[in-house]
Amino acid sequence: MLRTSLYFLAIACAAFFLADISVTTLDPWQEFARMGRGLLTPDFFNLPDFGQALFNTVSFALVGLTIAVVLGALLSLFFESTPVRLFCSFIRAIHELFWAFIFMPIVGLNSVCGILAIAIPYSGIFAKVYAEIRQESDQRPAEALPPASTRFSRFCYGTLPLIFGHLKDYTSYRFECALRSSAILGFIGLPTLGYHLETAFREGLYSEAAALLYSFYLLIISIRIWARAKFIVIPLLISCLFISWETSFSLVGLSRFFLYDILPWPMRAEGFYVGTGELVLVPLELGKWFWDIVVSQALPGIWNTMLLTQIALVATALFTLATFAFASRRFFSARVTGCTYLLFVVLRTTPEYILAYIFLQLWGPSMLPAIAALFLHNGAILAYLTANNVNALESTFDAAQGRFNRYLYEVLPRCYGHFLAFLFYRWEVIMRESAILGILGITTLGFYIDSAISRDHLDTALLLICITAGINMSIDSFSQVIRKRLHISGHVASRIIGPGESGS
Amino acid sequence: MNASLGAGDALLSLRHEDVAYSGKIALKNLTLTIAEGEKVALIGPSGAGKTTLLRRLYQLDPNNCAFVHQHHVLVPQLSTFHNIYMGRLDHYSSWQNLINLLKPTRSAMQEILPIVQKLGLEEKMYTRIGELSGGQQQRVGIGRALYQGGSIIMADEPVSSLDALQSLEIMQLLVEAGRTVVAALHSIDLSQRFFHRIVGLKHGSIAFDLPVRSLTEDRLSRLYG
Repeated sequence: MLRTSLYFLAIACAAFFLADISVTTLDPWQEFARMGRGLLTPDFFNLPDFGQALFNTVSFALVGLTIAVVLGALLSLFFESTPVRLFCSFIRAIHELFWAFIFMPIVGLNSVCGILAIAIPYSGIFAKVYAEIRQESDQRPAEALPPASTRFSRFCYGTLPLIFGHLKDYTSYRFECALRSSAILGFIGLPTLGYHLETAFREGLYSEAAALLYSFYLLIISIRIWARAKFIVIPLLISCLFISWETSFSLVGLSRFFLYDILPWPMRAEGFYVGTGELVLVPLELGKWFWDIVVSQALPGIWNTMLLTQIALVATALFTLATFAFASRRFFSARVTGCTYLLFVVLRTTPEYILAYIFLQLWGPSMLPAIAALFLHNGAILAYLTANNVNALESTFDAAQGRFNRYLYEVLPRCYGHFLAFLFYRWEVIMRESAILGILGITTLGFYIDSAISRDHLDTALLLICITAGINMSIDSFSQVIRKRLHISGHVASRIIGPGESGS
Repeated sequence: MNASLGAGDALLSLRHEDVAYSGKIALKNLTLTIAEGEKVALIGPSGAGKTTLLRRLYQLDPNNCAFVHQHHVLVPQLSTFHNIYMGRLDHYSSWQNLINLLKPTRSAMQEILPIVQKLGLEEKMYTRIGELSGGQQQRVGIGRALYQGGSIIMADEPVSSLDALQSLEIMQLLVEAGRTVVAALHSIDLSQRFFHRIVGLKHGSIAFDLPVRSLTEDRLSRLYG
């Protein structure tokens, strides 16, 4: 385990020297002071369309998640089949924002786009986690049933009752994530909280931005009150009734998207210039088109995405190891651990996309804001979990004296395996986020995808999205191989943060 | 060595059989006949092959056997009613089973009520069995076997996690549950008290197969020695 850790540390150090890390703004501290003033003077009374944005944020999350629960549950029943597993891992390897990019030309920039952008990747996540919960459950009750019982009856009586509570817990945890996803969909123009947040930040209206941010925190904290499993039908029905279901969807548009828009440009070029919209097959040109995109966009994008991912992964690890002790009663008084917990909760609740956006305003475009955002958000999640783990360890009355000794000899060796399992689960999440942060102007894959979209080059965008998904899937399986080799399991982790977690 | 005490016909019989369990031979050259109406206890040190033998006997006539499982195969989240109903899942369609899971049907309730009454669990009919005591859960397990029906009742360590008093109650219910009863037991005392025929297993073969009155201390100490 130590050797693997050191390898990753060495890679991150090398990446750090290769990456573009700089502060380009003239006076970051002045801007910081203005933001700080804004955070202290939130202005709740000057928010146009705030109610609608709040409603949309909740509705997209709720309706999207409901669809995902149904689809995910169905897919999870067939998860033993390799094509299903690959399909699920593909759809969850594509970030919500990229899904929104894909649906935008088909249905338009509206509620349906937002709902689908959440429903599709979350189906893949639920399929995987539901299947894992089922596979890890006690098989004996199902085996003890009469041998001739149908598969369906066997599942309903022997398996479902055992895992139902667990499925419910995981799903409600995911609801919080879906709210974060829904909020940040606003950053690309959907009518959720993120839209107003972006506008406020862009115009330097920090008091309004603070008010929006605080309302988002309140929304997340209040989930426990209004999103109880028994009554969830009520907000769900309200969402379905009052959401705007208007779309620009048409079968013609759909077939145009699949049969024309996303086909490589060389196939369409000739017909486009002549005006007939005819398609031609020119293998040589196609090869050149593909090669150009790979060399000028995919490779630089992959390189920067991987640099950012590896640096952020190790920075997350270091942040976790340096801070979790402050949240553990084993080391500090209730006052210290309470404050640390609060800080972790704030960092975990704030989507990394928003953190990166804020840091970008402060420091200008380089990898620095992205690294900081990724390690603060992910590190807070991991430190929170690790502290909980440490609190659950049995303590001895003759434990080593001195916090530092206790940390090194009693605590770290016991929790390191679990910590590493958590970290490797987050690896693919961090990579997906690294790619997405490109939309903010850092030259990772998201940057090239975003520019292709804004130039209306759907063919290029889709190719790059598929490449991103492919890399994400490779990291997912590589992380599995490492976890297996090191014999570290994330049983607890898979329950709390889940392997397909998207932190946004 | 083959002592058949029961008056009835042979129900289950094995002749010179080797039984392999996950690639390893667990029972060697085994010959055993169980007749209708017999109450047979299988005893022996752990690892002797009791469970393997019981499973093999079950496979001989699965439609006629009801197996009393240990309580950890019951579903703690479901009620007594449902856990007993599960004994006959194969008799109903998936659709009926689904309906009955959501809301117990009148006919199923009427079928199961007498069993629950016999077991003294009327008041716990709709209680989640996770909330019941170990002894009550084991009674539910017997209830499932009773509902499943069949003339042979089999049980694998049915009282291993119960206290002495509960064990006696459960064993009494068990031996009365079917005409023919075969059980693997830890306790020599219980086997002598409730069964007519004792089969001692050691290292995958039958060490003795005797009516309970001919069982001597010497035999027993050699079995566990």
